[in-house]
Amino acid sequence: MPQQKRPIRLLRNLNAKIAAVPMMLTATFVFAGGSLWTVLYSFTSSKLLPRFSFVGAEQYERLWAAPRWNVAVENLFIYGALSLIFQFVIGFLLAALLDQKIRFEDTFRTIFLYPFALSFVVTGLVWQWILNPDFGVQSVVRSLGWTNFEFNPLYDADIVIFGILIAALWQGTGLIMCLMLAGLRGIDEDIWKASRVDGIPTWKTYLFIVIPMMRPVFITTLVIIASGIVRVYDLVVAQTGGGPGIASEVPAKYVYDYMFHAQNLGQGFAASTMMLLSVAVVVVPWAYLEFGRRRHG
Amino acid sequence: MADVAEISGPQTAIEPRGARPRHAFSRRNIFIYGTLILVAVYYLIPLYVMVVTSLKGMPEVRLGNIFSPPMEITFEPWVKAWSSACTGLNCDGLSRGFWNSVRITVPSVILSIAIASVNGYALANWRFKGADIFFTVLIVGAFIPYQVMIYPIVILLREIGIYGSLSGLVLVHAIFGMPIMTLLFRNYFAAVPEELFKAARVDGAGFWAIYLKIMLPMSLPIFVVAIILQTTGIWNDFLFGVVYTRPDTYPMTVQLNNIVNSVQGVKEYNVNMAATILTGLVPLIVYFVSGRLFVRGIAAGAVKG
Repeated sequence: MPQQKRPIRLLRNLNAKIAAVPMMLTATFVFAGGSLWTVLYSFTSSKLLPRFSFVGAEQYERLWAAPRWNVAVENLFIYGALSLIFQFVIGFLLAALLDQKIRFEDTFRTIFLYPFALSFVVTGLVWQWILNPDFGVQSVVRSLGWTNFEFNPLYDADIVIFGILIAALWQGTGLIMCLMLAGLRGIDEDIWKASRVDGIPTWKTYLFIVIPMMRPVFITTLVIIASGIVRVYDLVVAQTGGGPGIASEVPAKYVYDYMFHAQNLGQGFAASTMMLLSVAVVVVPWAYLEFGRRRHG
Repeated sequence: MADVAEISGPQTAIEPRGARPRHAFSRRNIFIYGTLILVAVYYLIPLYVMVVTSLKGMPEVRLGNIFSPPMEITFEPWVKAWSSACTGLNCDGLSRGFWNSVRITVPSVILSIAIASVNGYALANWRFKGADIFFTVLIVGAFIPYQVMIYPIVILLREIGIYGSLSGLVLVHAIFGMPIMTLLFRNYFAAVPEELFKAARVDGAGFWAIYLKIMLPMSLPIFVVAIILQTTGIWNDFLFGVVYTRPDTYPMTVQLNNIVNSVQGVKEYNVNMAATILTGLVPLIVYFVSGRLFVRGIAAGAVKG
């Protein structure tokens, strides 16, 4: 609406303000207030119940000294880096293939995207079954004659995170493909014509013209993938339960377990504050660019 | 995100451009279709494995390989998963979780869409001072890991007296659905021609009259997108279900996890897979029925992560 029409008096636009009350309450008390509360209480020695007994950075020292937390962070880095790379590469390649004016595009897209409609719990359980060493891929390949075939990610602490990665890629790549496809469709057809006239090979056009042009799509996708990575929780709970041992722990699970099972709220708050910090590093600059610039979006 | 929603909307409807390739079996075509078909098969394998495993008897599961079709089809695992699979001491199957999920999802979808559509309308058409600040906090809040806000909400729900109940979980879903839903509706209403809005104002229609008589009937497609997005999202939720409900009010996903990953008893893989499909069935049906609308929804809703 035009700026001049903006009512000046507090009561003029009362209905709109009433309509926005849930948003104001949520934004103020849950999102801003709740996060501040958690950060604040991460500096206390809260155990079973939140108590405001300030202990400085003690919870953080304990957190970073805990082997389980360090395993969780390391897992998140490996999982995060690999799923970022693979989702981008596979998502983009699939989108580029679908963009070749092919037949049955809708069918292919429907197939690539359906895992995304499923719950992470469902995904985790299916892949738990497929990767089951006694019945799944390993036993099937062995029964075909390769009796020494080893592929047992769910019970091998060294590679368990890759088992989770396989499931996560199966579920998430379709979404990235869709975003990339939307980006590719946003490229002007004239660009392609011009590069064809100049005799530039297709792969070069993609690499040096199309991909640089898709920068905004890549940035949005990056933020989406990154914020999803930090949250990974249900998949691990369903697929491995954090095991074998603590080999596939992730930070989100650490937070939940300390808050609701170990009755050590302070640890949970400190761990979740670390999660918040890692997201903030990615999201704050992006949000500033995205929403700070265009006020009237 | 807004850009993505815009480009994915109308653009996906564009027909393939240019002349058809002349040679159906050119090397290029074989490469493209070959790759796509291989990948498609890979994507379909888990669904296939789920279905065939759930149709086998346990002796056959133990003997055979997971990819082979069932020699003897039995629906017993499905019956057992639905009505008598055990979680702890309860042995009434997934049906309880299913009905809990229905009782969670339906009011959550209605509540979150009611709040967000009115809110988005207020933000788009009745801008008031300070609205942008709250909206920015709301959108940034969508990226805050849930783990950070879980415990303050536990306290909040306990204070109101609905911690552990279904209505508590409904409220939580309404809260966390708000950022993306509000964004969706705000962007949609902002694109409605201003003249319509002005004409209604001149005719003396107020805030609610314009919403109910003009905006609502005009924006049915976006409501459908919102319903699809929220239904699948809320149905698939696990974390909030674990945190904010008790065993007798667990949603289906939580109950499924407890059934399959329970440590007691002999593992019945066929029952587990039947239970897994049953849980995935609702979002899958929504997905296959809604088609393009789902794609539009997730492109806009991708912010949810």
